[in-house]
Amino acid sequence: MKHSRSIQSQILESLIEKAIFFAAVLTIILIVLIFIFLIKEGLNLFKVYPISIFLFNRRWQPISEPPSFGILPLLCGSIAVTLGAIVIAVPLGIASAIYIAEIAPNWLKEILKATVEFLAAIPSIVLGFVGLVTLVPLVKKTFGIPTGLTALSGSIILGFMAMPTIVSMMEDALRAVPKSYREGALALGATRWQTIWRVLVPAASSGMLAAIMLGIGRVIGETMAVMMITGNSARIPNTLLQPVRTMTATIAAEMGEAVHGSQHYSALFAIGIVLFIITFLLNLTASFFIKRRL
Amino acid sequence: MFKPSFLRQTVLCLSLVFPFSTLLLAAKSDTLQIKGSDTMVNLGQAWAEEYMTLYPDRTVAVTGGGSGTGIAAIIAGTCDIAQSSRSMTSEEKAKAGGQKVNETPVAYDGIAVIVHPSNPISQLTIEQISDIFTGKIKNWSGVGGEDKEILVTSRERNSGTHVFFLEHVLRKGHAKGPEEFGDFVLMMPSSQAIVEEVKNSDVAIGYVGLGYVNPEVKVLKVSQSLEGPFVQPSIETIHNKTYEVSRPLFFYTKENHPNVADFIQFVLSPDGQEIVKVLDFVPLEQS
Repeated sequence: MKHSRSIQSQILESLIEKAIFFAAVLTIILIVLIFIFLIKEGLNLFKVYPISIFLFNRRWQPISEPPSFGILPLLCGSIAVTLGAIVIAVPLGIASAIYIAEIAPNWLKEILKATVEFLAAIPSIVLGFVGLVTLVPLVKKTFGIPTGLTALSGSIILGFMAMPTIVSMMEDALRAVPKSYREGALALGATRWQTIWRVLVPAASSGMLAAIMLGIGRVIGETMAVMMITGNSARIPNTLLQPVRTMTATIAAEMGEAVHGSQHYSALFAIGIVLFIITFLLNLTASFFIKRRL
Repeated sequence: MFKPSFLRQTVLCLSLVFPFSTLLLAAKSDTLQIKGSDTMVNLGQAWAEEYMTLYPDRTVAVTGGGSGTGIAAIIAGTCDIAQSSRSMTSEEKAKAGGQKVNETPVAYDGIAVIVHPSNPISQLTIEQISDIFTGKIKNWSGVGGEDKEILVTSRERNSGTHVFFLEHVLRKGHAKGPEEFGDFVLMMPSSQAIVEEVKNSDVAIGYVGLGYVNPEVKVLKVSQSLEGPFVQPSIETIHNKTYEVSRPLFFYTKENHPNVADFIQFVLSPDGQEIVKVLDFVPLEQS
């Protein structure tokens, strides 16, 4: 009796372990499959189209004869909007994180943390829609430009989207700094701000850099919101006050029309590969920074 | 109230059952699937609603996505009728391979070139419009207006309206001409977005189907040459071909669904064509 029960429970246990192992490995399998699919469809383009022209040509004209698949304006569009968003989100994020982690009284800390998390919960298309209706006309009026559909509008909205990621991670990084640092600085006669700015922030710097990397990753993949408010003009911008076109908006807008298996179709997948590589490198850099801290 | 573990188990079970049940429902339905042109999507929905009132046991589902999306779907077999505001390209016909895809004109659509009501310009030639959209003319003064830079808006590449405008206006009728939309042109996600941008900007110009025109924008009269005649788009001028920036709207079908022929018959009937007029499109000439 005791013997048979223990065989039963052994089999059951090993089955359960295999099942949850499979569930865990499923994510890795999924990512590998996605990557293989992207590569398979995207590399078709480079059999007939030189990769150097793809990466560096300024003309994205996918349906002309002959078509031109230069993604430089799209790349610049994505970079412009992302950099703008980071310039807005990082100072605000650092300030918020420092305030929440070090200065806010406990009751305020909880409220602020909850509201920042709530910002993350707002669907990005809602932010894009609100931006279209309120921010775009405001930008147009403030700067006296022909249209408010610009990289700047995109940057502001994406900055809001990146803030929760950046603030949460930076706040975690600051809280992980050992108490002894704070006590040591206090003992040496430093003021509160001197402690924060000259001791804690440098100590948390790798976590903060990781937060920025992940914020960038969040922003560069954003599609619907940018498609609604950046104007979709495939031109390399001189200033942030011009319409731009991001790589993500290009894929979203043109994939429906591209005939399956055509050059245009493969070119869009090739853009997907570029995006995949960029986000992959960003995540790799972020985890490198995190590990260094530990 | 309930034990937390019971709630957890129930939620888990439901979340596993739900996706499978929707899969089953989708597989079982014999809804007539119509996909394609965003220009035609409202028209398609109006037809579908009337058709379902006539035949309460039948369902029709209409979605947009652009003419290109619809044609790709009918070739792939993921819809029953493709709505398109342009004809299939040779590349698409090649993609269809040996499959027979039927093309049925179901209405006409005039394309209106719109500007802000305060814009002093009221008429342009096809050549001038082409030059504005390709970037040869960048300032309103180049066509006799104020000294302000023109803000040019367009539909996205997946739009049949975009392709039609490219071939018949920018390229003046030569489908394979060298002219392209300039890279400074704003690609708006829909005709409605174009109307929004044009009505809020006194330097903007755009093109939309006649059905999207409202009193907040001004429709330009168009002519082939500077001497005129400059013609306002309307049902009469499109039928008598004096307004030339108009195109037939098509259904592409493969007859793999029993109700397709029936639906097309309804669309071509006087009742169906009355719906075309109500939505500000141009009905087929009644012979």
